[in-house]
Amino acid sequence: MLTIKDLRASIDGKPILKGINLHINAGEIHAIMGPNGSGKSTLSSVLTGNSRFTVDGGEVTFLGKNLLELPPEDRARMGLFMSFQYPVEIPGVSMVNFMRAAVNEKRKFNGLPALSAAEYLKMMREKSQLVEIDSRLTSRSVNEGFSGGEKKRNEIFQMAMLEPRLSILDETDSGLDIDALRIVASGVNKLKTPETSAIVITHYQRLLDYIVPDVVHVLYNGQIVKTGGKELALELEEKGYDWIKSEFDNK
Amino acid sequence: MEKVSSTAIKNKLTALYRQYSDSIAAGMPAAINRQRESAISQFDEKGLPEKGCERYRFTDIMGAFGHTHGYAIGPQKEQVDSQKAFRCAVPGLDTYTITVGNGWIDTQNGNLPAGVTVTGLAEGAQLHPDIFEANYNRLAATKNDTIISLNTAFARGGLFLYIPDNVVVDKPIQIVNVLSGGNPLMVNQRNLIVAGRGSQAKIVFCDHTLAERQFLLNNVTEVVMLDGSQLDCYSIQNLNDHSSQISSILIEQNAGSQLLANTLTLHGGFVRNNLEVLMNGQHAEANIYGLSLPCGHQHIDNFTYIDHAVPNCTSYELYKNVLNGDSVGAFGGYVLVRPDAQKTNAMQSNKNICISPSARMYTKPQLEIYADDVKCSHGATVGQLDENALFYMRQRGIGEEEAKMMLMSAFAHEVVRTIRIPILADRYAEMIENRLRGKQAACGECFMKCDKR
Ligand SMILES: Nc1ncnc2c1ncn2[C@@H]1O[C@H](COP(=O)(O)OP(=O)(O)O)[C@@H](O)[C@H]1O
Ligand SMILES: [Mg+2]
Repeated sequence: MLTIKDLRASIDGKPILKGINLHINAGEIHAIMGPNGSGKSTLSSVLTGNSRFTVDGGEVTFLGKNLLELPPEDRARMGLFMSFQYPVEIPGVSMVNFMRAAVNEKRKFNGLPALSAAEYLKMMREKSQLVEIDSRLTSRSVNEGFSGGEKKRNEIFQMAMLEPRLSILDETDSGLDIDALRIVASGVNKLKTPETSAIVITHYQRLLDYIVPDVVHVLYNGQIVKTGGKELALELEEKGYDWIKSEFDNK
Repeated sequence: MEKVSSTAIKNKLTALYRQYSDSIAAGMPAAINRQRESAISQFDEKGLPEKGCERYRFTDIMGAFGHTHGYAIGPQKEQVDSQKAFRCAVPGLDTYTITVGNGWIDTQNGNLPAGVTVTGLAEGAQLHPDIFEANYNRLAATKNDTIISLNTAFARGGLFLYIPDNVVVDKPIQIVNVLSGGNPLMVNQRNLIVAGRGSQAKIVFCDHTLAERQFLLNNVTEVVMLDGSQLDCYSIQNLNDHSSQISSILIEQNAGSQLLANTLTLHGGFVRNNLEVLMNGQHAEANIYGLSLPCGHQHIDNFTYIDHAVPNCTSYELYKNVLNGDSVGAFGGYVLVRPDAQKTNAMQSNKNICISPSARMYTKPQLEIYADDVKCSHGATVGQLDENALFYMRQRGIGEEEAKMMLMSAFAHEVVRTIRIPILADRYAEMIENRLRGKQAACGECFMKCDKR
């Protein structure tokens, strides 16, 4: 599904990613944990093609394609989705029009005809039920005036609409109370198939109680410094990140 | 382009007037002729406004006058096919339609409600002498603007629109101004609109060029809104790149009257809009919107002047620009709150997006407040499209161009949604989108080739 080799990236000349290596197979869920500022969001941004960041080296292959040479929209249409840590408010653009454009651009990319109005509305209805999002939210402008939790739920709703192959969930759990967390996690689990994969970026173990990872990585200072099974998340929860930091900083 | 001085143009126009003053006055009522001499004297004395003066801070009016234009005393032979022009402007809109060719009424469609008068300016003075005499050049004469004086001196074509007391005009009145012909032409159109007490009407002005010629349209429209009247004034401006338009709409609002003005400038080489409102009766309300989409080397300047002369009135203004290419946009918002005008509410907002790095936007609010118990606010922003929003949309698979389009349409929507004729609002959205996509704003079936760039 996704192979990252020695990926290095910087912002405004400041190196952030310092040689990332990662391989994800279809059907796998990988958790990426790590202290604030270690480069988790930067990795998501670089994978999805945010031009604020400069790629300084390395290779990324997604579904057999050289990901780094594609514009963000093509990466998305191929099935790469990111749930933003900070979803953007877009006043004046309705959720309905926004999602219709997104769904139909993807269909066009895959050689499918655009959905009819009726088909599209049916899909909206079904997916909003699946992720338990209030239909009043989907009738407003994109994220405008949404609470933090509503924005995160809206990200999962969009994920449901777009049916991605690989989803990157960037701290989708932060700012959610336990009920909202459960709803978001169950949405993610319902959308999971043997053909889809996910990168779950999180600070805390608690999300991983609901979305059970196959592999856990620790990202620190722009590198993956530890990789293990789901028990690594528990260990981190118990001991915090300081032992990783000191172990690594002393090298 | 030839370099001509402002003084040379002034002398030429004054001489033109002097040479033809008999023909200009011929067949016109005294109420109009009587105003000419002082107007041309004022024009001769002060000349064209200089860039940097109070009213024309960012705009060199030579952008409009610095070309050679012909002048015509009367209507021209070339007639406009009003059916086509009508369909072109807003298809599906059920209106009373008046087409005006180079400033002269050409055709009228539909039977207006009893008592509602739409005629040429001169006939208006004859049909309703009292109303005409009481109002013609009353507001215009108070403006310290020699371009308005120039119009007063030359005024012949144009229209008179009168809505009697308490008449509610059921359908919009659409006035399609078309500029056509084979030669460069200056048109001084003069309109007078009087809305009787408690009357209601919606007026849609559509200004078009039908030929690839240089036109200079110097329009002055005086609007008197009597007590309790409600007027919607929509204006769609779509002139070719070589043409210039100076449109002065001068409005007096009496007690309890409600104005909605909405100006959409789709296209035009040089555009200057003066929208001036005198709040002259208590509890009057004005909502004023404008949207301009300059590109290429176009210059579009919106100037508003809201004069709160009496207490308890409300004015709300929102002007937006989406600027592309090397275009220049300007907004000057003048608000005067006179000492008596307590409890005034005056809000003004100007928001702009520069799509290209070489587009420039100048904005200047100017508030003069002489009353103490008032609420006044103003704000202006100039920015780019939101990069974060663009990336967010592209991450969902929406292409860059499409994402930009959606953001620009969203930006424009704040102005479009104020339109109270649903089909016109839809058409606006479509015209704006076409315009922003670089397509002709007018619809496909249109015969006008006015948008060749
Ligand atoms: N837009 C930005 N401008 C400048 N620096 C940034 C920007 N985004 C991230 N950084 C820097 O990159 C580093 C990694 O940040 P980030 O990827 O957000 O970390 P994480 O998601 O792991 O908390 C930090 O030092 C942060 O300050
Ligand atoms: Mg982060």
